[in-house]
Amino acid sequence: MGSLSLRSIRKSFGPVDVLNGVDLEVRDGEFVVFVGPSGCGKSTLLRIIAGLDEQTSGDVRIDGRLMNNVSPAKRGIAMVFQSYALYPHLSVARNMGLALQQEGVAAAEITRRVERTAGLLHLEPLLARRPAELSGGQRQRVAIGRAIVREPSLFLFDEPLSNLDASLRVGTRIELARLHRQLGATMVYVTHDQIEAMTLADKIVVLNGGVVQQVGRPLELYRSPANLFVAGFIGSPMMNFIRGEHAARLGADTIGVRPEHLQVDADGPWSGIISHAEHLGPDTMLYIDDAQLGLLTVRTLGDCASQVGDRVTLSPRADRVYRFDREGRSIG
Amino acid sequence: MAATARARASPLNRGAIHVVLLLYAALCLGPVLLVVVNSFKSRAAIFGAPLSLPGPATFDLIGYRTVLGQGVFVNYFANSLIVTVGSIAAVLLFGAMAAFALSEYRFRGNTALGLFLTLGVMVPIRLGTVAILNLMVAAHLVNTHLALILIYTAQGLPIAVFILSEFMQGVSKDLKDAGRIDGLSEYAIFLRLVLPLVRPAIATVAVFTMIPIWNDLWFPLIVAPGEATRTVTLGAQMFIGQFVTNWNAVLAALTLAVLPVLVLYLIFSKQLIRGITAGAVK
Repeated sequence: MGSLSLRSIRKSFGPVDVLNGVDLEVRDGEFVVFVGPSGCGKSTLLRIIAGLDEQTSGDVRIDGRLMNNVSPAKRGIAMVFQSYALYPHLSVARNMGLALQQEGVAAAEITRRVERTAGLLHLEPLLARRPAELSGGQRQRVAIGRAIVREPSLFLFDEPLSNLDASLRVGTRIELARLHRQLGATMVYVTHDQIEAMTLADKIVVLNGGVVQQVGRPLELYRSPANLFVAGFIGSPMMNFIRGEHAARLGADTIGVRPEHLQVDADGPWSGIISHAEHLGPDTMLYIDDAQLGLLTVRTLGDCASQVGDRVTLSPRADRVYRFDREGRSIG
Repeated sequence: MAATARARASPLNRGAIHVVLLLYAALCLGPVLLVVVNSFKSRAAIFGAPLSLPGPATFDLIGYRTVLGQGVFVNYFANSLIVTVGSIAAVLLFGAMAAFALSEYRFRGNTALGLFLTLGVMVPIRLGTVAILNLMVAAHLVNTHLALILIYTAQGLPIAVFILSEFMQGVSKDLKDAGRIDGLSEYAIFLRLVLPLVRPAIATVAVFTMIPIWNDLWFPLIVAPGEATRTVTLGAQMFIGQFVTNWNAVLAALTLAVLPVLVLYLIFSKQLIRGITAGAVK
């Protein structure tokens, strides 16, 4: 219960193409994260799965059933919104029970399911309150509870953590991962935050310009990005890209090395001047400038003795140098 | 921010602001108070000392006895209430529905339609009096409540659509989408999610619509001057003659006419204040 299949989904708003033929298979129980920069079409894709927007062409199947002309309420989905979207004039319990009430579930059964879900999310003391009387984190838990109560075959999350402050975000992230293990439900999650994507996903879908760039497990994307965009988008700080002579020597248009795969090394092949250093404690970021290489970021473990203005030599880890062709595709 | 905080703190500024506000309040309330005070005095006292309060010697309820003695006056009140309440109901219902459609759905000509609907704010409806009268005659609606309700609905709709669509645009899109996912129909989203959230705006529109309708003399005089449909404002005119005016009765009738509108206002006012300050506080 809970597979999702997308077949060449296209969406245009007038002359603007937002999605250019998206194909995707999500197996039952998978946690899939759509990630990409703003405007890449990830939220639109989620709204099409939900039935809130209509695709210009293509097929959406949930559990093998064609959903193209099915209303959002009848798709067997539940959605959690970035702004929580709780009904302000209803109590927490009624917020959570409204969908069941609309489906015609008996009142006793609604109460039972609401209470069970409230137990799962530690919401029991809040059931009689209105949304305005809750904190941001509590509201988000109610919104998640409202989704769980419906026992949907597919959970949809639209940037659910973006409105929370940093510490709460980490806590809620862990809570979501726990819920996914506990419920075993299929979840589709949209975010622009790659940390959320890396930590939560079984499978990440990287979108850019309405096109799927790569689909894969988090570490797969980190270790073998399919193209320049994925290489640059996954990983923080961003991968260093070097063009010109250094790249040509390796038979590529562009080469990429992650900051953590560059070492300050007395007899490295590259050299440059430290233009800035960020001391973060566990590691230090060095920004190294060179006329040929451009600006490189180097991540060194622990403290670093080198000062701004020093000339240092660098060596990349040979097995972690990525090569890209003229079109930005990965070579080898 | 800092500047306003300092201005509030200075007692001199506070005093000046209150003097201005008090003057304005006196200007607004003075004539009303004069009408109310004089309605309780004898005819001689009204002309002898118009500004003095009614004393034991000058207190007289002759005006109220005259007005209430005229049995028809109760009918006039009923007519005014029917027309006002009917118009408000129509303005709020159709105005809210139009505003919801304009703010919620994307369709060709949305902006043009919105502009067209609010055009009435700029053009006074009285310019069309002759055409309206012709229309009412042709439709056999002269001397009916419906004629007045239709006119006042047309008069009130533009500002209602304008204010309500602004407020409805402020209702979170996610909230409406959450309703759709939870299985609410578009009607349920309108009635159960959006309307409760724009209640302050509805109250604001209700008050702004109600007062000009209740006070209007023009259209009742033109399209519904008959005895059966005469409104309070028009009815009070019968005490004003070409040569003799029964001031006691006129003042008493006007005082009585304030009461229902005051009650309606009090019902709406709590919501109204929230509506007016909604934009300022957020």
